[in-house]
Amino acid sequence: MLTILALASIVLLGIVPQQSEAIVIYTGWERHALVGSDIRLSCSFFSWRWTSEDVTFSWSYRPDGARDSISIFHYTGGAPYVDNKGPFRDRLEFVGNPARRDGSILLKNLDYGDNGTFTCDAKNPPDIVGRASSVRLLVFEKVPIQAGVITGAIIGAVLGLLVLIVVIYYLMRFLVARRVFNLSVSKHGRKGKGKEGSQQRQLWRPPPVTLLPLTS
Amino acid sequence: MLILLLGIVFLHVAALVLLFVSTTVSAWTTGAARSSDLWHNCSTTNGEFHCEPASTGEWIQAVQALMILSIIFSVIALIVFFCQLFTLQKGGRFFLTGTFQIFASLFVMSGAVIYTVMSPKWVAPTETLGWAYILAWVAFPLALISGLIYVILRKRE
Repeated sequence: MLTILALASIVLLGIVPQQSEAIVIYTGWERHALVGSDIRLSCSFFSWRWTSEDVTFSWSYRPDGARDSISIFHYTGGAPYVDNKGPFRDRLEFVGNPARRDGSILLKNLDYGDNGTFTCDAKNPPDIVGRASSVRLLVFEKVPIQAGVITGAIIGAVLGLLVLIVVIYYLMRFLVARRVFNLSVSKHGRKGKGKEGSQQRQLWRPPPVTLLPLTS
Repeated sequence: MLILLLGIVFLHVAALVLLFVSTTVSAWTTGAARSSDLWHNCSTTNGEFHCEPASTGEWIQAVQALMILSIIFSVIALIVFFCQLFTLQKGGRFFLTGTFQIFASLFVMSGAVIYTVMSPKWVAPTETLGWAYILAWVAFPLALISGLIYVILRKRE
């Protein structure tokens, strides 16, 4: 009985991870950078298996508008191999930590020609089925302002000013009514009270009740 | 006099509706295969219609903000008008309503002016300014007249 249970549990443990065994790779979605600066493209993965010693990372690059991508970095057998012939020779550095599932690279001295899509593919044998993930690099002369920041700022400033004016107005009226300020107290005070106090009949006879005799 | 009241309110609401439509519809500039407005650049390439967010320039955001502010001020003017209708004393003028409405028209005007001035940067010579842009220009005098009417109007006996 016990042996059957043990065998069943071993079989289950063997089956279940295999069904959810797909490696998931995470990179950013889009990266913005200034000309001449450095940027770190991060790549990490999630896998149900322990990190094996044969873990591999590979980065490839496809320029904007081009159809083909070229391989620029490969990590295998415990050693990184950086691009020494292509567009990133002498500008690429491996700053990741494979033991911690981090396969990030550092690009130095960016130029406008580096605009494009970088794809990271990681494999963690025997967990090799997965989809590579891409990050888009945009190189700017100066970093543009996010959409909506200025819009929100202008709207907020004007509405804030409006609220401030209303608050100051009511504050002044309050203070004048309390005779704290001595400037044309009687005139402002009476007018204010008149406006609030009386509900005079109006000429336009708005649809609710109007009493004809009153408007003579 | 009820007719006068209805007419004034109708004018105000008409200006407000024009502002709404002008701000939200994607037809500030139209070309052969693309149209763009304050919020999106839409183009029809190879038979498929595709929209992407408008460029994140500073001026387009200023135009967006001014259009939205004009709508907000016009709505506030409408609310304040109804408040003042019931609380203003005899002989009083609808200064507050008129002020808000005139501000709304000024915002629309500045938004349209900024768009006109900056449009050579955004609009290729093959494209023409669309009807939503014209609506913004039409909304400006409507709102201005409405605001002036409020300022001139007096609660008489």
